Amino acid sequence: MDNREVILDIQDLHARFHTHDGTVHAVNGITYQVHAGETLGIVGESGCGKSVSMLSVMDLLTKPPAEVQAEALLFKGRDLQKFSKSEMRKIRGSNMTMIFQDPMTSLNPVLTVGFQIKEPLKLHLGMSDQEATKRAAELLALVNIPEAESRLSDYPHQFSGGMRQRAMVAIALACNPTLLIADEPTTALDVTIQAQLVELVKEIQAKLGMALIWITHDLGVVAGIAERVIVMYAGYVVEDSKVDELYANPLHPYTMALLKSLPRIDQQADEGLSTIEGLPPSLLDCPQCCPFEPRCEYAKPKCKEMNPLLEEVGPGHKIACWVDIKTGELR
Amino acid sequence: MTTNNSMVRVENLVKHFPISQGVIFQRQVGAVKAVDNISFDIKEGETLGLVGESGCGKSTTGRTILQLHEPTDGKVYFENKDLTTMGESNLRKLRRDMQIIFQDPYASLNPRMTIGDIIREPLDIHKIGTSKERLERVQELLNLVRLNPFFIKRYPHEFSGGQRQRIGVARALALNPRFIVCDEPISALDVSVQAQVVNLLEELQEKFELTYLFIAHDLSMVRHISNRIAVMYLGKLVELADKEELFYNKMHPYSIALLSAVPIPDPIKERQRKRIILEGDVPSPANPPSGCHFHTRCPIAKERCKIEDPPFEEKEPGHWVACHFSKTAQEQMI
Repeated sequence: MDNREVILDIQDLHARFHTHDGTVHAVNGITYQVHAGETLGIVGESGCGKSVSMLSVMDLLTKPPAEVQAEALLFKGRDLQKFSKSEMRKIRGSNMTMIFQDPMTSLNPVLTVGFQIKEPLKLHLGMSDQEATKRAAELLALVNIPEAESRLSDYPHQFSGGMRQRAMVAIALACNPTLLIADEPTTALDVTIQAQLVELVKEIQAKLGMALIWITHDLGVVAGIAERVIVMYAGYVVEDSKVDELYANPLHPYTMALLKSLPRIDQQADEGLSTIEGLPPSLLDCPQCCPFEPRCEYAKPKCKEMNPLLEEVGPGHKIACWVDIKTGELR
Repeated sequence: MTTNNSMVRVENLVKHFPISQGVIFQRQVGAVKAVDNISFDIKEGETLGLVGESGCGKSTTGRTILQLHEPTDGKVYFENKDLTTMGESNLRKLRRDMQIIFQDPYASLNPRMTIGDIIREPLDIHKIGTSKERLERVQELLNLVRLNPFFIKRYPHEFSGGQRQRIGVARALALNPRFIVCDEPISALDVSVQAQVVNLLEELQEKFELTYLFIAHDLSMVRHISNRIAVMYLGKLVELADKEELFYNKMHPYSIALLSAVPIPDPIKERQRKRIILEGDVPSPANPPSGCHFHTRCPIAKERCKIEDPPFEEKEPGHWVACHFSKTAQEQMI
C-alpha cells in the first residue's frame, strides 16, 4: 500500500471517438491512482489508449468526435468532470502539465522560446514581463540549456530536437506542477539524447518532488525511470504492479510475451526472438471477450465468454486475466 | 554460414550533398558531408549491422553502396566488380543481386498499385518468365513472407505496418538477390510486430544464404541480428568489430557511451548501471568539427583530437577503431 496522498484518481474512464466508420473504443474503463511524488510508467503499443486516457484527463480531446465518461476523475480530491472550462484552464498548465511526443510540432514555430516559457508564468502566476523573463532564463538553465538568457529570444527552429524537448520540459515546469504527464517524450529522440532527457527529468523530479506519469512503448526506458508500471492493451489496463515485480514476475500473458519478444543489449542472442502472433484488435468493435484472447497462448474457453476485470493477485500487483500463467489453469 | 570472402567492399567512400544558394544563378556554398571517407567490407553470408544516430549517414551509406546515390568519391565493389564506374545497363543487370528494404512501410509502397503488382514489378522490369510464371512467383513470395496469396489484388492501405513491411521484403526477394540492404526495416513498427519481421529476415537469410547490411538505430536489435557491427558518427566509421567483441571489448568512447545509453528492460540492472551521458548534440554534418568529429562531445578529448583526425586502424585482429586514445577510453569510461 502506498501511504502518500492520492493526486490523481481515475475511476472507470471510457473514451470513444464517433467516426464515419463507427465508434472507436479507445479507452474502455480504466481505473488507477497516482500518488504524490510517484513515478508511474504507462506502457503499451500504438493505439492501446495510453495517450488518449491522459488527454481525456487533461480535457484536451475535441468533443465531438470524442466522448469521455468516467465514474470519477479526481485531481487532489476534486472531480475534474465538474470543472468549468475556465477552471480547467487554470489548473491545466499550472498544477497539471504535459510534455508531448513530438518536439517539432508541440512548440509554436512563430513565437520565441522565451515567449512560450513566459506564457504560463504570466497567465497562471501573474508575473510581470520582467519577472517572467528572469524566471524563464532560470528554467532554461534548469533544463541544461547553455547560455539560457540569450537563447530566450531564439525561435524553436534554432533549437535541436533534444533542446526543443528540454524547452518543453521548462514550459511544463514553469508553475511547479503537482503532476507532470510525459507522453512519449523521448520517442523522437536518439538514444544518447534520450538518456540526457531521462536523467534530466529524474533529477528535476528529485528536486521538485512532483508526481510523474511517463507514457512510452519502450519497456527499457520504463525500467529505468518508473516506480510502478501500468501495461495497457486495446484500451484496457491489463497489468498494474511495482516495477521490480513486473519485470521479475509478469503475470499477464501479454506482459510476459512482450518482455520475451524484446532483444536485450545485455544478453547474447542465441535463438530467434519469441513473437506474439497476430495483431492488436481493431477498436471499432468492442467485443465482450478478453481483447488479448486471439493472440494469447494460454487462452481458455472462458476467455471468449467474459472479459476479465482488473483484480489484485498479489500485494500491489493487479492483472486482468482469467488464467494463472504459472499453472496454465483458470485462477 | 559466414565465409571469409567479402561480397561487398567499400573503399574510401565519400558522399557529399551540395548546398546551393541563389534562385537563378545557383552556386554551391557548401556541402553536407553525409558520408566522409569510409572503408569496410561485408562478407558473404553475414549480417553487418550499421548503427548510429539520426543524421550520421548510415542510410546514405546503404543507398550509395547500391548506387541509388552517386558517390562523390571512392569505390564500391560487388564481388570484385566496381559499381562506381560500371555503365547503366550493366549496373541494372547486377541490381538483381542487390536489393533494398526501406524504412517506412507506409511510404515505400505505391498506394495505387495492388500488392501483386508491387511484388511483380521487379520481374516485369527484368523480363523474367511469362506472365503465368510471374503470377506463380508472386504467390510463392507471398507464402514465403507468410501473407495469404488470396490478398494479391488488395492495396497497401488494407494492410497493417508489419504486413506492409513483409510486402516490402517479398518485393526485395522477387529477383532472388544475394545481398540486401535493410534500411531500418523495423523502426516504424510496434514492439510485438518487430520480432515477427526480424525472425522472418533471419529465416530467409538461412534459407537463401543472403547477405545483409542491417541499418538501425536500435542497438539491442542489431546485437540480436548481426555477426559484425559497425558504429558510425557524423559521416565516419568509428568502430567495427565482431558483435561480441564490440560488446565486451569496446574501444571507442562513442561506442562506449552509446551502448551505455541503451535502456535495458530490467529495473534492477538499470539502477546499477554506469551510464555515460554525452553532453550536447550531434554537430551539423555541413560543418563538422575539425580533427576527430567526436571531440566536441567526447569526455576524454585532448588537444590532439581537435587537430588530428584519427585513422581507422585495426587495433586487434578484425577490430577496427578510429581513436587516438582508445586505451584511455577503456580505462576511464568502462
